[in-house]
Amino acid sequence: MKAWFASHRAALARALRRFAQAPWSSLLAALVIGIALALPASGHLLLANLLPIAERVSARPEISLFLALGADKRDAAEIQARLGRTAGVSGWRFVSREETAKRMRTTEGLAEVLDSLPRNPFPDAFVIEPSTETEAGLGALRETLAAWPKVEHVQIDSAWVKRLAALVKLARAALLAAAGLLAAALVVVTFNTIRLQILGQREEIELARLLGATDGFIRRPFFYFGTLQGLAGGAVACGLVFAVVGFARAPLADLAGLYDPAFSLRTLEARDAVLVLAAAGALGWLGAWASVSRHLRGG
Amino acid sequence: MISFTQVCKRYPGGIEALRDLSLHVGAGEMVLLTGRSGAGKSTVLKLIPAIELPSAGAVIVAGQNVASLRRAAVPFLRRRIGLVFQDHKLLFDRNAFENVLLPLAISGYSPRDAGRRVQAALDKVGLAERARAMPVALSGGEQQRLAIARAIAHRPALLVADEPTANLDPEYAHEIARLLESFRQVGVTVVVATHDAAVFADCGARRIVLERGAAAG
Ligand SMILES: Nc1ncnc2c1ncn2[C@@H]1O[C@H](COP(=O)(O)OP(=O)(O)O)[C@@H](O)[C@H]1O
Ligand SMILES: [Mg+2]
Repeated sequence: MKAWFASHRAALARALRRFAQAPWSSLLAALVIGIALALPASGHLLLANLLPIAERVSARPEISLFLALGADKRDAAEIQARLGRTAGVSGWRFVSREETAKRMRTTEGLAEVLDSLPRNPFPDAFVIEPSTETEAGLGALRETLAAWPKVEHVQIDSAWVKRLAALVKLARAALLAAAGLLAAALVVVTFNTIRLQILGQREEIELARLLGATDGFIRRPFFYFGTLQGLAGGAVACGLVFAVVGFARAPLADLAGLYDPAFSLRTLEARDAVLVLAAAGALGWLGAWASVSRHLRGG
Repeated sequence: MISFTQVCKRYPGGIEALRDLSLHVGAGEMVLLTGRSGAGKSTVLKLIPAIELPSAGAVIVAGQNVASLRRAAVPFLRRRIGLVFQDHKLLFDRNAFENVLLPLAISGYSPRDAGRRVQAALDKVGLAERARAMPVALSGGEQQRLAIARAIAHRPALLVADEPTANLDPEYAHEIARLLESFRQVGVTVVVATHDAAVFADCGARRIVLERGAAAG
């Protein structure tokens, strides 16, 4: 057990020496790995920050209630009174047909069209803010509203919600694909670094075998090297993500502040950093393992 | 210590390097393996640490049949043998000290213990002052002595040297011969392949002459 520990320590020492022997190429490889890892990691963090904002926006569905064209001000007043008595309605805004017509007039080309009509084609309408957010609750409220007299049409404006959900799903998938590709890139980079090392040490490896080195003795330093290089890359990635989040802090806070004054930025936490490092180390080990298995077969 | 029984070695390509060779080397004995170039001397030495495997027959080293050794057991056999290679195989990107350190690191000696043994080995071959020298800075004789230091640093009971005096001036060659004999004097079994038996004349070594893969006379 003690000997086993000592042999691992010796292998680690030899791996570190190889790092020190080629500091620039080691640094460069760590940088490449770091950038490759930083992309999906910062993407993930940005998404994690945007998501609550997006949810807050989408959590406010609106219901548009259109009165029949023949409805008059008394009918509108009646609806208004009913809204006040209805549970599940937390607020509303009356949009008169005159107001709608006036707003439409400002749109290029619509003024002439409206003037050519014998009368105002728009109905009176209410924009209702429901107190419920569930699909069932919204559906029930819509049924209720639609049954009222002089109500022509009730519409839940949820298209935006659905679009947003689809967008988030797409972003997640893209991020996952990117993470997979870049993880593969990391493995390939390590694979190649180790391959070059093995080629550069053919003579030494050959001699070590003749002097009684076990497979473990020969392979272990490469495993350590791959893992260390991965970890170094992971550390670079954490630094980069930290910088990216720092840069994005101001614009994100501005955006978030519009919707939530109590917004706090989610930065790279210790848990995330450990995850990035662990993933980087594991991928480095995998690359080293693949390379060693490929290039150090047999005696 | 070593016994070959009806050993045949056929290399890929059909060359029969050894035919029905039987020989025995007792513990503490010094044996000279002589014969012309191509007689099979190096092949005999390569069979001992399982660098090559016999095509037929038994090769017993320290009580173990080398041919039937598991692959994982081979390194441990090699650690019990000191090997001096025909092309001495020094690593030219490390100094003398680090070259001698390699087999000790492989055998798992602690750095302190290993450092002491390296120094003792360099001392033994007369290179104590050249520990930091790179192999290119050493003369041919010094390189050969460095190769011997690396072979004996872990104090093996068996020392195997292939043409250790080749390409050396007679004076250096005699020095190497005396050095190898000094190991026999402390109980190490020594097997030396050489085409130059005269150099080892006063070593008290038994001679085995190889002729086209078989023991002659
Ligand atoms: N790896 C090898 N492959 C094929 N033939 C070899 C190999 N090694 C040695 N031989 C052949 O085996 C014969 C004996 O070689 P060797 O044992 O090196 O002789 P010596 O050391 O006495 O000069 C020679 O004919 C040589 O060409
Ligand atoms: Mg030879």
